[in-house]
Amino acid sequence: MKELWKIFYKGLFDENPIFILSLSLCPALAVTTTVANGLTMGLSVLFVITANNVVVSLTRKLVNQKVRVPVYITSIATIVTVVQLVLQAFFPSLYKALGIYLALIVVFAIILARAEVFASKNKVIPSFFDGLGMGCGFTIAMLAIAVVRELLGNGTILGYSVFGSWYNPALIMILPPGAFILIGYMMGGIKLYNQRKESKRLKGSES
Amino acid sequence: MKEYFTLFIGSVIVNNFVLTKFLGLCIFFGVSKSLNASIGMGMAVTSVITLSSILAWIVYNFVLLPFHLTFLTTIIFVILIASFVQLLELIIKKQAPALYNMWGIYLVLIATNCIVLSVPLLSVESNYSFVKSIIFAIGSGMGFALALILMASLREKLVYADVPKALEGTGIAFILAGMLSLAFLGFSGMI
Repeated sequence: MKELWKIFYKGLFDENPIFILSLSLCPALAVTTTVANGLTMGLSVLFVITANNVVVSLTRKLVNQKVRVPVYITSIATIVTVVQLVLQAFFPSLYKALGIYLALIVVFAIILARAEVFASKNKVIPSFFDGLGMGCGFTIAMLAIAVVRELLGNGTILGYSVFGSWYNPALIMILPPGAFILIGYMMGGIKLYNQRKESKRLKGSES
Repeated sequence: MKEYFTLFIGSVIVNNFVLTKFLGLCIFFGVSKSLNASIGMGMAVTSVITLSSILAWIVYNFVLLPFHLTFLTTIIFVILIASFVQLLELIIKKQAPALYNMWGIYLVLIATNCIVLSVPLLSVESNYSFVKSIIFAIGSGMGFALALILMASLREKLVYADVPKALEGTGIAFILAGMLSLAFLGFSGMI
């Protein structure tokens, strides 16, 4: 049980797909203009990565080493198509807002990377938790970016006004340049935190 | 004629794929450390996008549409493009080893990349005619190359700058891309 928790937990912060591994950055910048969009994208990726990990893990003994990457891509593309059709049927407005980025989940490096690194070598249950952890880490990162962008750029969270009428929205946060600059500073902040922690640890071991 | 020109300028500058649509960021940040690599990558991406757009257009309009299989577009395009790039790599390796030594490495990287997949998807979604989809593909590829080369030139100068330690590497690259994107924002409304 503890093992499984460890596998799940590492995806959340220590190996966070966006901030630490810097994989799959396109969606993190493109669909985080509102919290609702960011959350939908995060949950779609969570579903795709978990389902794909399970499929890859189940078929790991059947798939020949030489053709494994095309097989993974086909499996991912199938699951993504399922997500696309479900969203199109039940949440048409979100489907429209996410647009092309939903189809592009197919080529997200993080999904292929987890299939290759983890699911192809492990049993079904650990692979399931690995996918869940990575997906949750991805969703957390998307939410963190989306909350800041919607709050500063529109003065709202999930459509509800937070600041009241005096706040003059900084439109740049919704526009593309704001996304680049915000992520740049966020990465800087995380690096600073890790450096502080590291130097504290070093000092602690010296004394 | 005017329509085609607008489409071309639109895809190169106004709707630049990297700086306004965030596609192809992995390559954009990975390769832009050196100017020479950026030029090679820009060329490789432009030609692959153009060829795979042509292929995808033919498959979509002559196979998927007549048989009502449009819900399979994503799967078919991914497989089509990935296998096409692999094939291209094999052919170039056999027929033009000199070219392969120059650009071969980039071909491997772009086999499954968002920008290469998204251009055919977008041109199919907007119902472009054959000529229009070719122009759109060339424009998008050149826009990507333009952004990449600009970024690489800036980053080569960045080596001499005194950057705060925490922002070194990816952090400052993102902020730089933000500035570049701000400049490109000035073109919006031109068309």
